[in-house]
Amino acid sequence: MSSVANSPPWCGQSVERVEDAALLTGRGRFIDDLPTRPGTLHAAILRSPHAHARLTAVRTDAARALPGVAAVLAGADIQKLSSSLVVGVKAKVECWPIATDRVRYVGEPVAVVVAASRYLAEDAIDLIEVDYEPLPAIVDPVAALDPAAPVLHEGLTSNLASERTFRYGEPEQAFADAAHRVAVTIRYPRNSCTPMETYGLVAEYDAGEDAYDVLANFMGPFSLHAVMARALKVPGNRFRLRTPPDSGGSFGVKQGVFPYVVLMGVAARVTGQPVKWIEDRLEHLAASVSATNRVTTLEAAVDADGRVRALAFDQLEDVGAHIRAPEPATLYRMHGNLTGAYDIRHVSVRNRVALTNKTPTGLNRGFGGPQVYYALERLMQRVAVQLKLDPIDVIRRNLIPSGAFPYRTATGALLDSGDYVKAFEIALEDGSFAALRERQAQARAQGRLYGIGLTAAVEPSVSNMGYITTVLTPDERRKAGPKNGAQATATVSLDPLGGVTVNVASVPQGQGHRTVLAQIVADDLGLKPSDIRVVTDFDSGRDAWSIASGNYSSRFAAAVGGAAKLASGRIKAKLARMAAAQLNVPADDIEFAAGKVRARGNPDNALLFSRLAAASHWSPGLVPEENQALRETAFWSPPELTPPTEHDEINSSLCHGFIFDFCGVEIDRVTGEPRIDKYVTMHDCGTILHPGMVAGQVTGGFAHAVGAALYEEYAYGEDGSFLTGTFADYLVPTAMEIPAPVILHYETPSPFTPLGAKGVGEGNCMSTPVCLANAVADALGLDAIDLPLTPAKLAAHIHGAESTPPQQERAAPPPGKGRALHGAGQAYVDAAPDAVWRMLLDPNTLASIIPGAHGVEKVTDTHFRADVTLGVGPVTGRYKADIRLSDLDAPRAVTLTGVVTGALGDARGTGRITLAPDSSGTQVAYDYDAAIGGKVASIGGRLLDGAARVVIRQFFAALVRHTGGKPAKRGFFARLFGSGA
Amino acid sequence: MARLSAAERHMVRFTLNGRAVEAQAEPRMLLTDFLRHELGVTGTHVGCEHGVCGACTVEIDGVPARACLTLAVQADGATIRTVEGLAPEPGRLSILQEAFRRHHALQCGFCTAGILMSLDNYLKRQPDPSEDALREFLGGHICRCTGYVPIVAAAMDAARRLREPSSDV
Amino acid sequence: MKPARFDYIRAGDLAEAHHALAEFGNDARLIAGGQTLMPMLSMRLVRPQVVVDIMHLPALRGIETTGNAIRIGAGVRQAELLAWPKLAEQLPLLKAALPWVGHAQTRSRGTVCGSAAHADPSAEIPLCLLALDATIELSSRRGRRRVAAAEFFTGMMTTARAENELIEAVHIPARQTGTGYAFNEFGRRHGDFAIVACAAIVTAANVRLAVGGVADRPALRDFGALDGKALDDALDVFAWTLDARDDLHATARYRRELVRQMGRETIEEARRWHA
Ligand code: FES
Ligand code: FES
Repeated sequence: MSSVANSPPWCGQSVERVEDAALLTGRGRFIDDLPTRPGTLHAAILRSPHAHARLTAVRTDAARALPGVAAVLAGADIQKLSSSLVVGVKAKVECWPIATDRVRYVGEPVAVVVAASRYLAEDAIDLIEVDYEPLPAIVDPVAALDPAAPVLHEGLTSNLASERTFRYGEPEQAFADAAHRVAVTIRYPRNSCTPMETYGLVAEYDAGEDAYDVLANFMGPFSLHAVMARALKVPGNRFRLRTPPDSGGSFGVKQGVFPYVVLMGVAARVTGQPVKWIEDRLEHLAASVSATNRVTTLEAAVDADGRVRALAFDQLEDVGAHIRAPEPATLYRMHGNLTGAYDIRHVSVRNRVALTNKTPTGLNRGFGGPQVYYALERLMQRVAVQLKLDPIDVIRRNLIPSGAFPYRTATGALLDSGDYVKAFEIALEDGSFAALRERQAQARAQGRLYGIGLTAAVEPSVSNMGYITTVLTPDERRKAGPKNGAQATATVSLDPLGGVTVNVASVPQGQGHRTVLAQIVADDLGLKPSDIRVVTDFDSGRDAWSIASGNYSSRFAAAVGGAAKLASGRIKAKLARMAAAQLNVPADDIEFAAGKVRARGNPDNALLFSRLAAASHWSPGLVPEENQALRETAFWSPPELTPPTEHDEINSSLCHGFIFDFCGVEIDRVTGEPRIDKYVTMHDCGTILHPGMVAGQVTGGFAHAVGAALYEEYAYGEDGSFLTGTFADYLVPTAMEIPAPVILHYETPSPFTPLGAKGVGEGNCMSTPVCLANAVADALGLDAIDLPLTPAKLAAHIHGAESTPPQQERAAPPPGKGRALHGAGQAYVDAAPDAVWRMLLDPNTLASIIPGAHGVEKVTDTHFRADVTLGVGPVTGRYKADIRLSDLDAPRAVTLTGVVTGALGDARGTGRITLAPDSSGTQVAYDYDAAIGGKVASIGGRLLDGAARVVIRQFFAALVRHTGGKPAKRGFFARLFGSGA
Repeated sequence: MARLSAAERHMVRFTLNGRAVEAQAEPRMLLTDFLRHELGVTGTHVGCEHGVCGACTVEIDGVPARACLTLAVQADGATIRTVEGLAPEPGRLSILQEAFRRHHALQCGFCTAGILMSLDNYLKRQPDPSEDALREFLGGHICRCTGYVPIVAAAMDAARRLREPSSDV
Repeated sequence: MKPARFDYIRAGDLAEAHHALAEFGNDARLIAGGQTLMPMLSMRLVRPQVVVDIMHLPALRGIETTGNAIRIGAGVRQAELLAWPKLAEQLPLLKAALPWVGHAQTRSRGTVCGSAAHADPSAEIPLCLLALDATIELSSRRGRRRVAAAEFFTGMMTTARAENELIEAVHIPARQTGTGYAFNEFGRRHGDFAIVACAAIVTAANVRLAVGGVADRPALRDFGALDGKALDDALDVFAWTLDARDDLHATARYRRELVRQMGRETIEEARRWHA
């Protein structure tokens, strides 16, 4: 085509982004930047400090009475005006956006305050009193399935929310015939991509029409529109959902705004005024969404040469406290791709979903991929190690052969295109793998700890909305009706001056969709990208959309870009027919180039594009109706995305990119710190529409992956307390921690998408964590290693046995988990055990030894209550203390149990005090265990250990003092508290 | 002694991007909220409100500072620059801003204002930084989108261009 | 995440600050750079009745050499000290340590004395003050006193400062000839609180190691002329006495090992410097 010859297509060029001028000058329009209606109220949320507790009372009177407060809503108030969020598995469970009778994770909403400002709303939060009756918490998914474990939801008989087994090919036979069996068990931790902008929304309710209008930085999928509308008890057309023009990143996470839409929708309805809520970072870390943690055992049946014949997956998914839509999708997103980039025909799968007392999970960049590849690619390394093969050969031998595409995997995915072997070989060559091996050999010769990691992966994109139904049995699916497809939409309109506008429901969160769509449509219509205006702020009341709309599963380039091309193609066809009539050539001979519509081969026979494009507005009478070009909307759902078959085969995604990564990692012998020396990542993501943005997706995904591999973890204590509530504890890597990867490409266009493009944004989140882990395992010679690869964890494999503590120092107690503190000590008291005993049981004694007590109320002989002021350094707070004596064994021993609760958190501890006669006096010995939870545990962990230590020290010191004792010589305090864990 | 009482709003005045501004604030109001919601200058973003992410970085009296770690009343009388004050004129970008656009050093753009304010200040005092020094300096910011590679490239490129004698912004 | 209400006093002179402290005691919080106080206010971990701003007291703004010590006023920001032309010559340990304090964007506001007042057990500045035998100058309406760093840091975020006192300055002995200094730190990310931080000061007669991040306050030990295996053994004992704790980011055992190995490396670095 001459137009191509004249000017290269815009697609494929790294044009400057249309988004940037506004963002660089502070004129972005993020949710919290937008003006609100006068009278808009601000919400704050009171959240549970407990992982698991019965809610016995929520007293809101004082909060309501605070000037400026419009409403205080507890669970029951929300329940009155809404219904439970729909749950995606066949189980008798409800899922409310706020706690009703129980709290099930730290951070779960307990009450919402709506006030004139956020400051006031938080003031009111402080005035709400909640009575909690703590219940045992379940943190570990394996423990959750123990029949003796407390069950989180009344409707269930256990914490197992779903279980399914699958069988593809002849896995039993393959295992029976296998020369070797190799297995790994991995525990993939929790983490999140934590976008820089938190959740935010403004909700309004129109009582006259019984309709909600919500502006939220929600990112889709819009299947959740139906979930929200149903929860708000209105038809879909009375729930208008809009998004702001800009959103500060999502990476899947902003899917989790949706429960808050319901919550604040109700708040707006109750107050009759718009309600705005901007999540703060502490709320985000504790309670937005997390990726799932997963325990996987994966076993391979392997031939002697390393060829893998069969895989057996046993996956236990931890979705947290609720099965919140679309979960358990994380577990099924990869179902068609469980065999990765390999040609493995026999697969068995057991998938279980467990509920635990942790934040509910949801979308997160990589979505299921990191969990699957961590198991699969650790396994491939183990195959090489156990069979003493070169891991490169193991991968090469198992890759899907060239020429096999489209390739149907054992579990049902149709891998659209690729030449994995070729891309792999190119990566080894262009990434200088041989030189890396050389480097490793040199480093090792010098005694350094240097490892090489490898990963091959398939990156699925454009999810099939039907994959999630694989969680149902074929029978259940038949009853529910088939679900499938991935409707993408785009609208192209022409305005009366001939301008072109594109509207999509792709809800970008920073990926530059507007720029790429302008490139695509400009190419199609022979215009410049600057001629095209692209509008991406979404309005469910006006835009063309469907359930698959939104910004997830890397669907933009492949699906939305494709739909835009289709819509523009329709406009173009009409314009071509109009032009054909005017230029007297057949429509087939019309071309669009350089802002003109012209006869091919005769550029002078031309019309101005803008003039032709305006014609249907100004003179429709002159244009035959079928040629009138005003506005075209394309809906596109690829035929390849069919529902699961009777045999549970599922083509879970439309496109499949290929990734091959390798890296060199050196570990510091002293600190155990891993340093990424070199990282090479090869991507086949089909046709590249904008190289700069693809590079940005790769480096951005890589940074998330390095974070997940080395730094980030949503950590919980054994009691369910949340330990990483600030950015000082949840460690997001900075420019100091993220090296620049070497990025390579090999392009095989997807035959299934209009533009040949595939997704690319999630790949490194899938491939990089395990690649780094493989390198670390190689460096340290480890069989098993779980993320995150923290220096202390790695150092434990380097430092060897520790010296024994010097004589006069007590051995360290076993390390505690979470915020548990242990300690012990003793003191000599110059009084007989009987006398000491009497003192101990005297309420006045307790009154004077409880640190900071304002008064002790005796409930019974063995039960006391007190108001206390506790603190460390500047951090002080008022608490309620509840103390009980038990297991009385006069005059030998007594157990003291204390519970302290207050705004900053809660602590519970048990101490056993024993008295032993010693010459004329008594040896008083004590041993305690304490655990701390709540706000301070989440945000001030470092501070907290110190605070608890101080308080416990004060308590026992006062006890000793009171009984007339003196601390035993030689570092009493050091012995007593110092080594507490 | 000037004592501003907790429950009242007090007039706060400072110079913002070369102009005198004033609005009322309770003593407890954060400078971020004051800039964004009282003065309506929303380019400065809030990513953490506890001083870690750097999104809120502005220039106070000539040095980069976390606006979320500053009370509005503390800023009374100060000279403050925000991202809105970076471009030489409407419709034109500064050399640093241009470099960010050219290198795709922003995606969602939420972290960008803070990073620009930091770098703008840094490159004035450190016109020829090594990449290591620059990365260390950028360590005071979190960007979740870009992986930092293009930010480093843009900053190095901007530094180079700013060193050229003809450059003014 | 917004602070609870408080009054704000911008002290115009020292007497006003003293007066406010005398009146409100523990219900007053001083704000200088605000880099540690502000998050605590926003998280409502701290709820003072009044916040007293001492950044507008010219008397507190200077870095002065007095005899063989450097006096750093309460209004001196960390970045100002880092940019002080005589830093390398007079306070080489701080020259090495200050770049580890937070980030450039927080050092630009945070003050040296504020860090001392906060007494975070992982913070670099208290560690250096201890290692260098600095003294802390406290004043109140009643008068003025100086407390040695070793007595000043009494525990986790706890100091010998009385409720009615403010830190007016710290006095740090200037570099001694024939002395080597070195500082090393390990944290999860650059700018994070130290998991272990080591400051070593070596003279012909003595090896001194101060360690932060391990105990509830910085800790110090003098090893005399020990060297070789004997020094390693003494470091081992020191590591054991520090009451290291497990936390989210590292185990106690890991911390002890860093004290042994990184401590030794830091000492050797100081020795090289000395030589
Ligand atoms: S918002 Fe101020 S540093 Fe994050
Ligand atoms: S561009 Fe999105 S956080 Fe930096």
